[in-house]
Amino acid sequence: MPIDIDPHAKFADYANPSVLVSSEWLASNLGRDGLVVLESDEDVLLYQTGHIPTARKIDWHTDLNDIATRDYIDGAGFSKVMSRLGINREDTIVLYGDKSNWWAAYALWVFKLFGHADVRLLDGGRDKWTSEGRELTKDAPQVSGSNYPVIERDDSGLRAFRDDIFSHFGKPMIDVRSPEEYAGERLTAPGYADEGASRAGHIPTAASVPWSKACNEDQSFKNRVDLEQIYLKDAALAGHSDVIAYCRIGERSSHTWFVLKYLLGIEKVRNYDGSWSEWGSLVKAPIALGVEPGPIPQLA
Amino acid sequence: MPTLETADQLIEDFAILRDSERLDLLLEFSEALPELPARYADHPELLERVEECQSPIFLFVEIDDQGLTRLFFSAPPESPTTRGFASLLFSVIDGLPVAEALDFDLDFPFKLSLSTAVSALRLRGMLGILSRIKRQLLEKSAK
Repeated sequence: MPIDIDPHAKFADYANPSVLVSSEWLASNLGRDGLVVLESDEDVLLYQTGHIPTARKIDWHTDLNDIATRDYIDGAGFSKVMSRLGINREDTIVLYGDKSNWWAAYALWVFKLFGHADVRLLDGGRDKWTSEGRELTKDAPQVSGSNYPVIERDDSGLRAFRDDIFSHFGKPMIDVRSPEEYAGERLTAPGYADEGASRAGHIPTAASVPWSKACNEDQSFKNRVDLEQIYLKDAALAGHSDVIAYCRIGERSSHTWFVLKYLLGIEKVRNYDGSWSEWGSLVKAPIALGVEPGPIPQLA
Repeated sequence: MPTLETADQLIEDFAILRDSERLDLLLEFSEALPELPARYADHPELLERVEECQSPIFLFVEIDDQGLTRLFFSAPPESPTTRGFASLLFSVIDGLPVAEALDFDLDFPFKLSLSTAVSALRLRGMLGILSRIKRQLLEKSAK
């Protein structure tokens, strides 16, 4: 039986009201048949220190990435991870995590590459849940394995590769990193490890909209009116139906991808997961410095 | 609580485990990270922030009157992995004579068999802590 959506008034205004759940809704729906709660964190040990009751752990780095190639796992690999976690194809999945849901949004994006239909984010993530004093437990959830089908991953429409960037010039791109990274003053967000790009700066023409602009102080998403002001008006995405978002390795841009695609309903939004760690090292890739987006590059 | 060990012992301890057990052991270390003594807890400005770590962690290095290395860390409980990294380094470096600590293997984080359980990207945070320990030690031993 499909699980009803959270009727929260803020969600009803979004282009797709079914992709978010509030902490109140989750607390009162825990344990329902067909509902699987998954924690996806930056910190690989955080789940073990206490998690939402019934939540299972998924790790973007160690579960969803291919071991050898810089790519995600294939259909057989995804089936294996899902089956180990006891997830069925028709289950409703609620993802949440630390760091304003960056890694939860990243996992959600990968689930969508495999076309899992009903995946939702917990609005505000782990921080909001814990700041409201809600229950955490160290009890391991009861999981019986499942038989998730092998579904071939379909990157088209959701994922941009470097060649897609070259053919995208002239259409909008959003750089969601910090202003210092955008301007080329530094290679990583303050406080973050260098992930190895050789040049600093941004992809020419990309608008700078740091991911955090989409969040309220408690890390929940802003309401639709505010999001429209930030993205459609200030970043001039109004009237556009084909947008690419990027960051350093694709986690922060998954957060913005989620906002643009589901909360604002832009038709085609792709996440460039190669992001700056690829573009900033790519031989001859054009780069703009400073606070201005810069003109469309003349490609040889 | 994990006991003080040599780096080689610790590398071996991790090597024989399965990935899930490696995470459990890292968590044990995380929980065993000593609290800051009052002289630093009351003076956070004395601590140096480790910029390479994804989560906030601060450290301070002392050389005691016997010429031994003393390490102090502060990292929040909601960053257990970073605490675990600090605690691992504490267990093998705290109490070493300065010369030995300065010689400590910079490749140690990558010898702990944690790259599949934790991911190589996350391990760089531990290297950041280790590099800063050595730099502080070098500055202080030169005085």
